[in-house]
Amino acid sequence: MNIKKLTVWTVLGIIVIAFLFGMNKYQRGVQKSQEQKAAEQDSRLVRMHSPVFGPQNAKVTIVEFFDPACEACRAFYPFVKDLLRQYPNDVRLVLRYAPFHQGSSEVVKILDAAKRQGNLLPVLEAVLQAQPQWATHHGSPRLEVAYQAAEAAGLDLQKALNDAQTPQAEAMLKQEVEDLTSLEVKKTPTFFVNGRTLASFGPDQLAALVAEEVGKSRK
Amino acid sequence: MRHPWFLLLLAWLVASAATAGALFIGEVMGMTPCVLCWYQRIFMFPLAIILGLACFAEDRRGAIYALPLALGGVAMALYHTLLVAGVIPKGWIACDAGVSCADQKLEILSGIQIPWLSLAAFVMISILLLAYLRKTSK
Repeated sequence: MNIKKLTVWTVLGIIVIAFLFGMNKYQRGVQKSQEQKAAEQDSRLVRMHSPVFGPQNAKVTIVEFFDPACEACRAFYPFVKDLLRQYPNDVRLVLRYAPFHQGSSEVVKILDAAKRQGNLLPVLEAVLQAQPQWATHHGSPRLEVAYQAAEAAGLDLQKALNDAQTPQAEAMLKQEVEDLTSLEVKKTPTFFVNGRTLASFGPDQLAALVAEEVGKSRK
Repeated sequence: MRHPWFLLLLAWLVASAATAGALFIGEVMGMTPCVLCWYQRIFMFPLAIILGLACFAEDRRGAIYALPLALGGVAMALYHTLLVAGVIPKGWIACDAGVSCADQKLEILSGIQIPWLSLAAFVMISILLLAYLRKTSK
């Protein structure tokens, strides 16, 4: 191999390493800043109106910022549910809404109404199940499809739609957006496990972080 | 520059740095590129590959194939720079729900804007390639 070929390989290596190094540094910076924000204002993580799954007094709290129209949230749902099943006494899930997509706000208000009607879980699962049919990336979302799915899961739709018109529903949504903005949540799902965030995104990383926090709480 | 090959290497370095930077902003920092940025990426990304191969194989034709890409990139980046600077009225572009090209969001190193950097990179690559081709012409 001559010196020129070696130079090309070396330069290529340096660029790749510099890129990976920069990526790592940037992601750590974002993570640190987010965890710091969460520590400074931990009232923003859980609100009175936030739905909670699992034991109220659990030592480990997963806060999930969640968008009903987000495909990744839909794909994550079984993993999160599994975690709750795996640690029935240690872990609770707090659901926060991040209406990033068009039409998400309307569906979030319906979910909030479902919570008040006492059947959030079946409605949430039905809305997620039907997500590919109602949440489109092109054009407007087909909300009536989401509503139908919610109704089929046992929601009193008329009552929920009335609830969605109230100032309380609007205030709830405003609070969610305010909180996610100050916590620098930019993508969904974003998880906080006892205030800590994922170093890199993925179900395995989430499971590892939860396991770590559960281990700590049992000591 | 004693050896014209270094001109080619330098052009490739600029293209690689620009490509890595664009990928960093887009994929790591998570900023969605606007349409004009996409066109500049279309011109820049192949340069990083073609010029790398041309350096590796010491192939003069690589520079010939790369030149139209570099010049096309200059045109796009110039247009984008003028748009951000407000020289070209914004009304010329129809907006959709996507990312605005004129409303530049990202500045680095106290006020250097990405379209300027892009323009500088394309201009440098073009000059280097032209110099290389002149020096190596028989």
